[in-house]
Amino acid sequence: MTTAPAPAATREATGPTLIRLHEEGHDIVVADADLGKSTSARLFGDRFPERFFSFGVAEQNMISAAAGMAAMGRIAVATTFAVFAEHAYDQLRMSVSQPNLSVKMIASHGGVSVGEDGASAQSVEDIAVMSSLVNFNVVVPADVVEAEAVIEAAIRTPGPFYIRTDRPKHAVIYTDGARFELGRADQLREGGDVTLISYGLMVERTLEAAALLAAGGIEARVLNMATIRPLDVEALTRAAAETGAIVVAEEHLMHSGLGAMCAQALASRAPVPMEFVGIDNRYGESGVWHEVLEIVGLTPQAIAAAARRAVGRKSG
Amino acid sequence: MVTDTQRGPDGTSSATDDADLDALIRRIRRHIVRMVFEASSGHIGGSMSAAEIMSVLYTRVLRHDPRRPDWPGRDRFVMSKGHATPVQYALLAELGYFPVEELDTFRAKGTRLQGHSVLGKPPGVENSAGSLGMGLSFGLGMRLSARLAEADTRVWVLMGDGEQNEGQVWEAAMAASHHAAEGLIALIDKNGIQNDDHTTSTMVTEPLDRKYESFGWAVRSGVDGHDTAAVEEALRWACEVRGRPACVIFDTVKGRGVSFMEDNPGFHGAPPSPEQYEQALAELGVTPEARP
Repeated sequence: MTTAPAPAATREATGPTLIRLHEEGHDIVVADADLGKSTSARLFGDRFPERFFSFGVAEQNMISAAAGMAAMGRIAVATTFAVFAEHAYDQLRMSVSQPNLSVKMIASHGGVSVGEDGASAQSVEDIAVMSSLVNFNVVVPADVVEAEAVIEAAIRTPGPFYIRTDRPKHAVIYTDGARFELGRADQLREGGDVTLISYGLMVERTLEAAALLAAGGIEARVLNMATIRPLDVEALTRAAAETGAIVVAEEHLMHSGLGAMCAQALASRAPVPMEFVGIDNRYGESGVWHEVLEIVGLTPQAIAAAARRAVGRKSG
Repeated sequence: MVTDTQRGPDGTSSATDDADLDALIRRIRRHIVRMVFEASSGHIGGSMSAAEIMSVLYTRVLRHDPRRPDWPGRDRFVMSKGHATPVQYALLAELGYFPVEELDTFRAKGTRLQGHSVLGKPPGVENSAGSLGMGLSFGLGMRLSARLAEADTRVWVLMGDGEQNEGQVWEAAMAASHHAAEGLIALIDKNGIQNDDHTTSTMVTEPLDRKYESFGWAVRSGVDGHDTAAVEEALRWACEVRGRPACVIFDTVKGRGVSFMEDNPGFHGAPPSPEQYEQALAELGVTPEARP
């Protein structure tokens, strides 16, 4: 195989991965809220119709019912779009989080890269919302290869998960296979001057930023922080100690996402200059997905500029 | 197919005759009043209204074993009106799920008996509740999972009538009908009062029976929720419903058993004063010094 893998959306991994894992013996049931074609979960339903439950456009009922299935010992996967997962916040809190049940919320169409559908369909706050829930693992894969590994980890690990997948097709980063470990950041590039941290489809842009910085003599370490909760504090602290500056870039509101969590973790352990590239207190709007990313400022150039600022603030 | 009714696998049950059942229900009411008074908080009214429904269900119809709370073949009881923990805890303790003395820890520091339901604490509590409207969905998921295993597990969900305000209840009602969830049984404790006031003032929910019927459920309404024979007959009727979920609407009195609490919105979530406590126990046939 010499050809590069075709670009793909991370949502494309959902149905096929669930089919494989059930065939391997995992007791999976899937709950759907009338978006199975878009999330790709419907592929599972086509293969195992008796294990695929349509709940209609009713996310609150779907989540509590999935929790009931998990209480009976099943691994219950619930699927919808990220913005509609937020619709069922209290159900995720009381039916899933408090009793710590194995409900795996796989939410596609995360972030502003939903594109044309506009602000109402674009989740800029889902990571904050889901990270606020006790017991929840929160994970965002960087490409379709990692997405398969993330879903497998979620099925193999007891307890609640929120997995954000995305809508647009974008480049595959893990061309040699996934390296995902739950709760561990994956270092994609070594560098000693600054560390760039991101997740989801911003990882590709962060690697582009590192290339821009290298052209200017700044060597950046790049961490794919696919697991947002539990946060890999060890990798974060080591990055701060070894590179002395941190930039967090994310497709999410800046004040309540991974950047804020990293800043809190580092404030008491290894405070260093930090900069943040995220969405600044606004919603997205319609446009082609990469245009919307540019509108809200999520570009390689913005990440590189933030890195230069962080490096400039390093003392000594 | 859900067909028979039976007791636990070891034949365990209490209150096999009507006198025992009546005595059990009296003890449950005394526990409820004592627990809420001692905790200086808790929900008396909606616990008292459900005393017969819960006691008849657990002693006559529900397949369960207090000595094996995790017995896979048990029916599931989902307490959706999660503020009514006093009646649930009192009944579970009386049936042997945990020591009756533990009822003294209700709502206190370090207790397993929190103010609202927590799954697994104490043993026998099958769901977490408190935010209203989620239990019917949770029970639907349980029933669909059991059906996938071809198990005849029945799932009983107790809701309040105020709880019917919650939109999620109707999402679940629609989905249960769509999935022809035979073996899912909704029990509505229609005591006519919600947190602040009578349901007729806060939010009219009637006609509840026609609403559930129009959603595709088999419905039995107008059942006297304080007549143990009527309650038992309705619960057994629900066991025989085929091809769709069943709903039993019980006419009950909030605060039933204590004259000044009956149909009084003031006793939804407030404890009695010391004088009211003594009077309440006197009406229930005991003194504060006596154990139930």
